Amino acid sequence: MNKQGNLYTIIYIVVLVVLVGAALAFTSISLKDRQQANADADKMRQILMSVNISPDKADIISDYQKYITDSYIVNESGEKVDPSLKAFDVNIATERVKAPAERLLPVYVCTLADGSVKYIMPMYGAGLWGPIWGYMSVDADGTTVYGAYFAHQGETPGLGAEIEKPFFSERFEGKHLIKDGTFEPIAVVKNGTKPQGDEDYVDGISGGTITSKGVGEMIDNCLSPYSAFLKKLSTK
Amino acid sequence: MSNKNVFFNPFSKSNPVLVQILGICSVLAVTAKLEPAIVMGLSVIAVLAFSNVIISLIRNTIPTNIRIIVQLVVVAGLVVIVSQLLEAYAYDVSKQLSVFIGLIITNCILMGRLEAFAMANRPWPSFLDGVGNGIGYSIILVITGFFRELLGSGTLLGYQVIPQCLYDAGYVNNGLMILPPMALIVVACIIWAQRSYNKDLQENQ
Repeated sequence: MNKQGNLYTIIYIVVLVVLVGAALAFTSISLKDRQQANADADKMRQILMSVNISPDKADIISDYQKYITDSYIVNESGEKVDPSLKAFDVNIATERVKAPAERLLPVYVCTLADGSVKYIMPMYGAGLWGPIWGYMSVDADGTTVYGAYFAHQGETPGLGAEIEKPFFSERFEGKHLIKDGTFEPIAVVKNGTKPQGDEDYVDGISGGTITSKGVGEMIDNCLSPYSAFLKKLSTK
Repeated sequence: MSNKNVFFNPFSKSNPVLVQILGICSVLAVTAKLEPAIVMGLSVIAVLAFSNVIISLIRNTIPTNIRIIVQLVVVAGLVVIVSQLLEAYAYDVSKQLSVFIGLIITNCILMGRLEAFAMANRPWPSFLDGVGNGIGYSIILVITGFFRELLGSGTLLGYQVIPQCLYDAGYVNNGLMILPPMALIVVACIIWAQRSYNKDLQENQ
């Protein structure tokens, strides 16, 4: 057969692509369970980080089972929904684009070593280059932030990427989500400025303006639907 | 060229980074810490060796006018497999390397070796050439990563190396070492050292 002919070329590339495709499909399927287990463990680590627990790699799952005592899904009016759905499996990336009334809102209940209870809520938003996400924990009365954790996919190192550093997430500790009975999302502002309303605020990252703004919008968008749930906690 | 030369030349005399100035972008990106630099080096060695062997095995069947596409398909397939393996067995490192494993596909060293060597040589020399060039690339990555992590973070592979008493005495980590420009400067210093040693690599004035 003529090796430079069109027919040979087409058959050659089709066979090659099918072979490579089969090899990729095989790798993907045989490694899927392991990859999923890694991703789950990483998610557990992030949830624990928001209550200021940083477990060693080997202890992530045992620590998670120890501290996270309950998890459920609430709706916009703060009532628990269908218990057959698992909070851990909710994909925040798809929930956050739905109307607030239709969203599934996962809540993780954490009982710390001293017996105090914290509630952890997941967040997901957009930074400058790609997605950003995080978790925020509040005290048992639902008004005050206990801790926060932020992560990003590919923000600029040294600028926007600083949001994942503890010095930034620590700024949220002690801020109020509920003030005088109304829900106010925490604003992220430029250093030295104040938001127009009377909500609590933290300084953003210098040079990471768009990422900082993204964090503020993420908090507003993802935590506002929880306002009924948080208010219920504060009046309990 | 003997097999020995094929394997050892890329270490210094025809080093892909220092002499051919290929693959510079990944040297800048992944050398802020030593561990990702080592994993990146191993990944490139693996992809380069196997793609060289595969292309060498099928070199006589490849239609000339689509040879670059065939090379790309083979390289892309191998790179995806490597990145899936890392995700399953070295999750933390794969998160640190993020897109750069995928970008091995665009590493000029790969296409360069496939086109220049594997298309014209038998599988065994091609394998040696792949491993040799991969090691030549990794050496530079590791040297750069060593200096950048040591001077930029005071650690090596995550362990504190610079003693606390130096910090107490006023020593501070050099933040510039973490940023990409410093990788260029470190690589330039390595090139300088290598050319002062190998006089025959110096350009005529």
